Amino acid sequence: MTRTYLSFVVAFGLALHAGTAGADINVFTCEPEWAALATELGGAHVVAESATHGLQDPHYIQARPSLISRVRKADLVVCTGAQLEIGWLSMLLGKANNPAVLPGKPGFLEASTLVPKLDIPQSVDRSQGDMHVGGNPHIQGNPHNIALVAKGLADRLVTLDPVNADAYRSGLDSFLQRWQAAIAGWENLAQPLRGKTLVAHHRSFTYLEEWLGLVELATLEPLPGIPPTSAHLAELLEMLGTDGNGAAFIIREAYQSPKASEWLSDKTGIPAVLLPTTVGGSTAATNLFTLFDDIINRLLEARP
Amino acid sequence: MRTRKYLALWLGLVSVCNLYAADPSASEVQALRDELKVIRTEYESRIDELERRLDAAEQATRDASNTANLAQEEVRQARAEIAVPAASSSSASSVSVAPDNSFNPSMGVIFQGQAWAYEQNPEDYAIAGFPFGGEAGPAAEGFSLAETEINIAANVDDKFTAWLTMPIVYEDGETKVEIEEAWVETLALPAGLSVRMGRTYSNIGYVNNQHSHSWDFTDQPLPYQAFLGNQYLDDGLQMRWLAPTDFYLEVGAELFRGDRYPSGGATNSGFGSHTLSLRSGGDVGVSNSWLAGLSWLSADSADRPSGDANDPLLFNGATDLYIASFVWKWSPFGNWREGNFKFQAEYLWRNEKGAYSVLGLDSMPWDSDQHGWYMQAIYQPLAQWRFGVRMDRLGGDVPSSAWAGTPLYYPGDDPSRYSLMVDWSNSEFSRLRFQYTLDDSSGENDNQFGLQYIYSIGAHGAHSF
Repeated sequence: MTRTYLSFVVAFGLALHAGTAGADINVFTCEPEWAALATELGGAHVVAESATHGLQDPHYIQARPSLISRVRKADLVVCTGAQLEIGWLSMLLGKANNPAVLPGKPGFLEASTLVPKLDIPQSVDRSQGDMHVGGNPHIQGNPHNIALVAKGLADRLVTLDPVNADAYRSGLDSFLQRWQAAIAGWENLAQPLRGKTLVAHHRSFTYLEEWLGLVELATLEPLPGIPPTSAHLAELLEMLGTDGNGAAFIIREAYQSPKASEWLSDKTGIPAVLLPTTVGGSTAATNLFTLFDDIINRLLEARP
Repeated sequence: MRTRKYLALWLGLVSVCNLYAADPSASEVQALRDELKVIRTEYESRIDELERRLDAAEQATRDASNTANLAQEEVRQARAEIAVPAASSSSASSVSVAPDNSFNPSMGVIFQGQAWAYEQNPEDYAIAGFPFGGEAGPAAEGFSLAETEINIAANVDDKFTAWLTMPIVYEDGETKVEIEEAWVETLALPAGLSVRMGRTYSNIGYVNNQHSHSWDFTDQPLPYQAFLGNQYLDDGLQMRWLAPTDFYLEVGAELFRGDRYPSGGATNSGFGSHTLSLRSGGDVGVSNSWLAGLSWLSADSADRPSGDANDPLLFNGATDLYIASFVWKWSPFGNWREGNFKFQAEYLWRNEKGAYSVLGLDSMPWDSDQHGWYMQAIYQPLAQWRFGVRMDRLGGDVPSSAWAGTPLYYPGDDPSRYSLMVDWSNSEFSRLRFQYTLDDSSGENDNQFGLQYIYSIGAHGAHSF
């Protein structure tokens, strides 16, 4: 009974809300996957825009004036965190003069805190490259992580906009239902990829590899954040040999220069594959679902 | 049981790090299963993950002798992580809080050093009509340490944040620790407002508030050297308001003590200078963005020194300085690392009205308009290499012949400099730079060759646009 009554009140609230665009939650995300997720969960109640697009490396973004003015107006800032945006996010937050979205406030959500992280370094020494002390931040590679973030994000939308709480909860339920079904499909499709070995440009695919049972032999970068050098590529060539030593893929992000992976592919015969790391990272990856469709398609197609 | 296989693989990799792990036992694995059943009722959302780990651990016991113990530890950790923070839904964390790499406060040190070769003696460097004040002037000949800068910063509480920059410098045969910046800033003001209190670089212009390690050349452009003593920095109050508009619009106002060039003597009972600034900017497509600004600095001076430090000129009067700044940045699809181009230009115009006392003579009235500009472009075609070119120039009224023979007499010769720069950055934290400057500003052509290094350790700073 109470429940019916409650949903009636909420429905009334929704109807009321529909007329006032100002009641929408304005979400600023650092990466496109979180904007896509916020839209999946919040539907029309959420206006979500990402600071970066799928062809941009989220490590290296300029703290542009346009981004500062967007943070100024945001109700919720959603970023991967784990130091992925260390070079620019604090500058945006510092200049935007918006106390509601500072770390520690309900208006700031660090997605990586919601998932178990990999690659947590035993010690942090920059001689090992630009280490992320909190672990590898590229958590969106595993769709199970997206589900975990979805729950945290829905909670946050409820906190910030309690009037539409039911809408966010049903948005979450509907998303998780479709998402779990999709995961089962992907896992089924990707069975032939299990145990395949690969070389990655940067350690952006660690979570994807863990999910699909792929084994990363090496990275094109000699150290995280240091671009590929000819000396390091020569070492990789020696390791892989001219027959590729059984490695199945050389994968790179959409925003990395193809030079290094194509050179190594040319020498070893291992196919070089561009994998979108987020929504918009390829023409097919238009939302979270097609993102993983495309990743798995690309790997299956390139499989030797 | 695909899950098992790949987790076993992953655990196998991780286990290499855990050489100390002891042999597992079947009872331990069983105990874990039991514990899991209890947790299941409360934490349905986490159970799948735990089971996967446990399954993997079982699989791994057959493959490797030491993984189950690790898995036990994994499960125990995972359980502990779930048990603690899941209670508070408003907290950002339901698994673990990402640790910061900073202590509280965060700390960083920036190392800068250089070597310069000049054709003319830099000790005699002076631009006729533009006696330098503040920190302006060429770097020492030969090897020298520039500032070694210690940065300490942290949030004070929920409403304030604080920043300290302490350069350690070697000057006049002495090592000194200076306070370059020391300010606190509000975090919680409404309506897009923030207020900063303390010693800070003024918000005027574009490069004025940039620390020397983020300059694109080893030195400041000539108009900044001539009109701002390199950079205007003072004690006071800074206010910024960011308009709630779709495009970027920031209004800034500052009130300073007025004790540093181009101000001096802390006039008006220690409220000697003030500024106003207006900034706007935006994007043009995904590859281009821009920032433009207008600023005004009004400074009153009492016995403000400039020129030769041993026999300074003293200025009493009012300075008005106007700066127009423009910055354009390009990078392919906004991918800064892959390549980028930055164009930057500023025009500075100043009027000084008052009186100068020159070389022990009586003070003479002075009213002069001067201007200067620079243009520079930085191109980064590859991830680690940047190439830059800069041109700077000064100009202004030619004073009456009464000033002839004094450092204030400007002969109207358009002092200018041309600089070329190449730098290589192995990572974000290191940079090696070569700079060549052809400098005719002090009357004779001077070929200047410089090498510079900039390294930083500790806190990873974010960069402004």
